[in-house]
Amino acid sequence: MSAHEVQPTVDHLLEVKHLTTRFYTEDGVVHAVSDVSYILNEGDTLGVVGESGCGKSVHALSIMRLIPIPPGKIEAGEVIFRGRDLLKLSDDEMRHVRGAQIAMIFQDPMTSLNPVLTVGFQITEALQLHQGMNNKEAKERAAELLALVGIPEAHQRLDDYPHQFSGGMRQRAMIAMALSCNPMILIADEPTTSLDVTIQAQIIDLVKRLRDSLGMAVIWITHDLGVVAGLAQRVNVMYAGSIVESGPVKEIYVNPHHPYTVGLLGSLPRPDEAHGTQLFSVRGEPPDLVGVLKGCPFAPRCDYVTEHCHHEMPPLEAVEPRHRVACWERERVRRPQ
Amino acid sequence: MTAQRRDEVLLQVQNLKKYFPIRRGVFQRHVGDVKAVDGVSFDVYRGETLGLVGESGCGKTTTGRTIIRLYEPTEGHVYFEDVDLAKVHGNQLRQMRRKMQMIFQDPYASLSPRMNVLGIVGEPLEVHRVASGKQRKDRVAELLELVGLDTGFMNRYPHEFSGGQRQRIGLARSLALNPDLIICDEPISALDVSIQAQVVNLMEDLQEKLGLTYIFIAHDLSMVRHISDRVAVMYLGKIVELTDRTTLYSNPLHPYTQALLSAVPVPDPFVEEKRQRIILEGDLPSPANPPLGCHFNTRCPVVIDVCFEVEPEFIKIEEGHFCACHLVQPFERPEGRVRLRLEEQTVQKT
Repeated sequence: MSAHEVQPTVDHLLEVKHLTTRFYTEDGVVHAVSDVSYILNEGDTLGVVGESGCGKSVHALSIMRLIPIPPGKIEAGEVIFRGRDLLKLSDDEMRHVRGAQIAMIFQDPMTSLNPVLTVGFQITEALQLHQGMNNKEAKERAAELLALVGIPEAHQRLDDYPHQFSGGMRQRAMIAMALSCNPMILIADEPTTSLDVTIQAQIIDLVKRLRDSLGMAVIWITHDLGVVAGLAQRVNVMYAGSIVESGPVKEIYVNPHHPYTVGLLGSLPRPDEAHGTQLFSVRGEPPDLVGVLKGCPFAPRCDYVTEHCHHEMPPLEAVEPRHRVACWERERVRRPQ
Repeated sequence: MTAQRRDEVLLQVQNLKKYFPIRRGVFQRHVGDVKAVDGVSFDVYRGETLGLVGESGCGKTTTGRTIIRLYEPTEGHVYFEDVDLAKVHGNQLRQMRRKMQMIFQDPYASLSPRMNVLGIVGEPLEVHRVASGKQRKDRVAELLELVGLDTGFMNRYPHEFSGGQRQRIGLARSLALNPDLIICDEPISALDVSIQAQVVNLMEDLQEKLGLTYIFIAHDLSMVRHISDRVAVMYLGKIVELTDRTTLYSNPLHPYTQALLSAVPVPDPFVEEKRQRIILEGDLPSPANPPLGCHFNTRCPVVIDVCFEVEPEFIKIEEGHFCACHLVQPFERPEGRVRLRLEEQTVQKT
């Protein structure tokens, strides 16, 4: 089964088909997301990994229709959410989806909270807007939500301003806001990158518990393969705007078939390695996405490269039933032991 | 290298403190101190890499900067080849600084945007009057080659380079004066994963080639484990545990070290599935007003009464393994209090 003949869309919660987003800048056209297709089912947790500039955030913003237009433009594709194409909705209809049915949390909790409004006001705003609650009900619910995400003395903290919260607490408040309307999908864009590891462990633990108790689907965007290993069932590896490998986490971490995934996994120190082991590094730098890319974008950094790679972009094709890889040489690619 | 290791102490830090005063009011009255570094002691051996880990605000960066006298120490001694760095001034300090260099976290902020690569890498040579003119240019070319950059880059400016390349330029600059010690302050945390590996490999190669000693400051425990020979764990201005890399990861003694290690995600879904995490509650207390007794008592899962009153001493537990916790006693005194393994505790509870 290839990406292009996805099964009929009966039960899928979210289906992204051929999503392509570009930015028209003074320096040229930036091909931020190219032909991204995947499926998300109810209760699934999908990890999206890749390095800076690989399009993982832009793809999420495209789903939420939060791309600034211009300079951005969603060129092609469909985002089918419960049978409706989000890209075809009017702005007004989209506002009822965004925040209410699909919620998003961002990397930097300081810049995504308004510093001059109290945390309580920012949470109740969404409740009043989407759920038509009155002020008192909304406050009650907001306190409940803050307690749910583990903020002590939630009632008093509603009147605090964001600067009175620590980094971890701000991210908890963001999660409380995102959960306020019982969304079916939570998109988390590097929510723990700016936090310390012990706080990161708290947040991941919280999201796991909430996911299991509320039955949300989660799309977790990160550059940290360790976080994905502990949280997600499936993973999409992105490089230069495309998905290069996609499948179950357990399958991909053991048996990666794209040279980039192999490189990423190899560049992390392993807990059981001997002292003095050299890390396996991917040479070179990620490509500039301005202008049309010809062939496989990973070709200049790839150890398996052939003539074919420079001319034609490999399609995302299955190596195992649910494991898809975009590489001409996928049969040869192995993780070094 | 290995032969020299362990015998020769290159740097000895004794009870180093750095307080930043808090001043208030019209008269700038001194109302308190942020105790960024509050009495740390450790040795660094020639040719080794000492990792300094901890979360943000634990004082690891301040420690590095105070050692090299970018900050004036409040108290304590730093002996570098028998010279107390905390006491030297003027010309002698300048002479000492040639032997130790620093590379910084943010490769975008640590290089002047108005200087070209020749200027940046060659500046230490000029400041210390080591080389000028043609000689300087040759040395810069040599340094660029050493860090894997094209010598043709000499006339380019920092904005033309990627993060990884900039960090290489910073590394070339720090090597210009043939230092003995390089303090690396989170040198890779601003870089992408695949680029991190390139820079770490380069740093290891250079250590091998030039016999460098590193103090590697970072919050990424897996990378610290990879590069370090010994690791010191800091919490709120103090070192809570110090030992070699293998012991730290196989037998961590301090509850904070155990929690920190358990919080680090492992890139292996099968390991992650079985892992029992110790989730610490709450946040780091403010270093301006640290808790009485053990600094970790507000978050410690195995806290006992004495922790709120008495500050634990940083003592030797076994050869080369130091720890500051009331619950951890030297091995030769088994009648002392029970040593706790947090994981077992948590498993039993759940």
